[in-house]
Amino acid sequence: MSLTLFNVLAAVIIIVAFVALNAAYLVWAERRGAGRIQRRPGPNINGPFGLFQPPLDGLKLMAKQLLIPNNTDKAVFITAPVLAMFPAIMSFVTIPFSDILVAHNINIGLLCVFAFASMGGMSLFFAGWSSRNKYAMMAAVRAVSQSVAYEIPMLITVITVVMISGSLDLREIVRQQSGNFLHWNIFPLLGNSHNLLMPFSFLIFFICSLAETNRAPFDLGEAESELVAGYHIEYGSMGFGLFFMGEYANIVVGASLATLLFLGGWACPFGLFPGVWWFLIKVYALIATVIWIRWTFPRTTIYSLLNLSWKVLIPLSLFNLLLTAGLLKVF
Amino acid sequence: MSKPIQLPSDETFVLNVGPQHPATHGVLRIKMRMDGEYVSEAETVIGYIHRMHEKMGELKTYQQFLMNLSRLDYLGALGYCHGHVLVVEKAGGIQVPERAEYIRVITVELNRIASHLFGVGSYIMDLGGFSPLMYMLQDREYILDMLEAVTGARLTYCYYRFGGLYNDIDDTFIARARAFIPRCRESLKKYHKLVTENIIFRKRLEGNAYLSQEICRKYGATSAVARGSGINYDVRKNEPYSVYPEFDFDVPVFTEGDSMARYKVKMAEIEQSLRIIEQGLDKLPGGPIMAEKAPKNIKLPVGDYYQAVEAAKGSFGIRLVSDGSKNPYRLKLRSPSYSNMSLFDEACRGLMIMDAMAFFGSLDLVVPEIDR
Amino acid sequence: MIRTNILNSLRALFPEADTVVETPPPPTPEEESGEKKKAGKAAKPAPRVNGMLERDYTVHGYHIDAQVSPEQLLNAVTILDQQQFFLETITGVDWIDDQQLEAVYDFSHYGFEPCRVVIRVRIPRDNPKLPTISGIYQGANWHERETFEFFGIVFEGHPHLVPLLLPEDADYHPLLKDFKA
Repeated sequence: MSLTLFNVLAAVIIIVAFVALNAAYLVWAERRGAGRIQRRPGPNINGPFGLFQPPLDGLKLMAKQLLIPNNTDKAVFITAPVLAMFPAIMSFVTIPFSDILVAHNINIGLLCVFAFASMGGMSLFFAGWSSRNKYAMMAAVRAVSQSVAYEIPMLITVITVVMISGSLDLREIVRQQSGNFLHWNIFPLLGNSHNLLMPFSFLIFFICSLAETNRAPFDLGEAESELVAGYHIEYGSMGFGLFFMGEYANIVVGASLATLLFLGGWACPFGLFPGVWWFLIKVYALIATVIWIRWTFPRTTIYSLLNLSWKVLIPLSLFNLLLTAGLLKVF
Repeated sequence: MSKPIQLPSDETFVLNVGPQHPATHGVLRIKMRMDGEYVSEAETVIGYIHRMHEKMGELKTYQQFLMNLSRLDYLGALGYCHGHVLVVEKAGGIQVPERAEYIRVITVELNRIASHLFGVGSYIMDLGGFSPLMYMLQDREYILDMLEAVTGARLTYCYYRFGGLYNDIDDTFIARARAFIPRCRESLKKYHKLVTENIIFRKRLEGNAYLSQEICRKYGATSAVARGSGINYDVRKNEPYSVYPEFDFDVPVFTEGDSMARYKVKMAEIEQSLRIIEQGLDKLPGGPIMAEKAPKNIKLPVGDYYQAVEAAKGSFGIRLVSDGSKNPYRLKLRSPSYSNMSLFDEACRGLMIMDAMAFFGSLDLVVPEIDR
Repeated sequence: MIRTNILNSLRALFPEADTVVETPPPPTPEEESGEKKKAGKAAKPAPRVNGMLERDYTVHGYHIDAQVSPEQLLNAVTILDQQQFFLETITGVDWIDDQQLEAVYDFSHYGFEPCRVVIRVRIPRDNPKLPTISGIYQGANWHERETFEFFGIVFEGHPHLVPLLLPEDADYHPLLKDFKA
């Protein structure tokens, strides 16, 4: 693929539009979904099914003044919300939607995505640090320890998948899973690996992506009942809006990665008509699960969160890595 | 015991939780001295919505003060009104018809369920689980609709009169109350499945903030706080008043002393209240709802009187000193949340802030009642 | 059982045992005639002397009523603490006609035999000082602060005697009868 200026511009516009629209409408979807779960309608006044709610919310946020508290580190304070959105958008540069639909495929695409994803924790830390607020500070400390703790099992799990595929190219990883769902990495029967623990791997990856995106039940960075709003407590206006959208954008990235790595990407479960719609269906099914989990579970505590990572997930994922390595050697 | 918090000279810092904070459900402030995430000292600052009901009690006549009682704990107001009418009736020797007393008990217990549902629901919301609150609010709405039909108010009732009631209950109320009992039992099962057996919920609450019986006694804790620590104390049983001796119900007691026990007590109390309502509806006698000789101008004999009732939040007491005039000479309201809250300062030391807030929620506080 | 125990223990506070009024409570005419008593503030009885009364629970809602001197207060509260009583509340009453303030301590028991004990202390209105009981009952901390701000009774030895419900700088005592807002 030759990169002309037109191609670059088109890719940028499409990606930004995709991420922003997703972020905006996932807020709507979450509120509607929460309404369904809680036996109430959710936003239903503005437009059909309340579909105009997200743009109106955006307008309202933009109409508000961006307050920068006294004595804050202004540069860092302003950078933080941008950083919340930026990695998600950058990740989509290398995330393929189908065999041909990708902005710019590089053969270390997976590495690239994780390099960007690890910037997400930085945004929370910047926000909490620069706000000069005790709640925000505590939230920032939590967010950092949380993202450190969960990046490790996540990456170990990803290494397992990379070992099976023998490639860091996301397209290549999906190609190897093509066929019906028994070829997918989550199901070990017909795939490259015969590791029966791969469903657990997927589970670990999913839990870690929940924790990485600060979603309930791991939303300790903004734990409402003790830290009020956590790291974005001092943000109003679109600063808050960017954090809010960044959270959903990161969910989309997480769900996309889980789909690509474990659920066969754009492959059809029955081996027919692979295409971008399968990818989207899987991604949104995962997102729906994320929303469902949020409205069902209470929040964990910071120490049980860290215990889960260091005492359960990391040993499990390490064991899984060794097992996969051994199995790959045998077969 | 709370001591003034000095400016920290070490690595600790002071965190102001409140007066506007999502977890305090009202205006209440806790000055926490934090050592990282750990609470090393806490000082509760109350009084943000202090309205001096006790002075109002001295300035108003007994009847005029009736409506103040439901402004204390707006979630379980009828229990407080019950205490007030009981103490005046006791002091004035006013006989209450049996039917009125039964209806009082039925409505108090309905109100207790509503209060517990809201208390437990908002507690779960404090722990980050939002949906159970919505389900519980739906059941609570049912009760509030029912009570609104007979009392004319949804929260701030003024239903009881000295010597009886303002309004008799009708068949619609009885039918709805009867329908509510199986409905609530069904939803209780659902709550237990959704919340009590939830692994995250259990891991957060089990072993959280152990309260010994000694600390409960020293601070005068009652309600779920005492019963969760194995103290079998319920004014309805220990000092029976009204027609409670005629009912067959249990006092749920859990001995673990942790937040889970306090939560379980409240859930079990809902079941017991349902039993009381069921029996009350079965036994409901006929007759008048207002004493014939209920005096218009109440003047109580000189002396002082005390009446404790088991309100939704614990043992609520009224100390009434009368000088024989038409106003009380002194009216002291002993509110249960006040005593329950006062032990927070001591008991939350050394907890992490998440656990401290989980403990705080398990005390089931209503701030207007603390501040009075 | 508890009632008898506490009666006996509290009686030890009053060495001149003969003066102690026990059962039955001295029924004032007002109490007996019930509600039909006509109102009127005529002929205020003299302030009560220290001593013990056993009250009619069905009328008054408590069993034992002991009025002690400020020096005896800590002893009385210690006795109640040893008998596993819990503190219901502390409050004050302003007897302005007698120029006295009364602090009222309500105690109750977790047991199944209802037993409510009231300890009263009368102190002069111009110099209201009492020892704190927050060393014995930690829960008294808030109650004493509340009584302090409402009545101006100073609890000596209290760890943090500042207004609780009123603003921090409140220097008025709203429940005093001569308080004008």
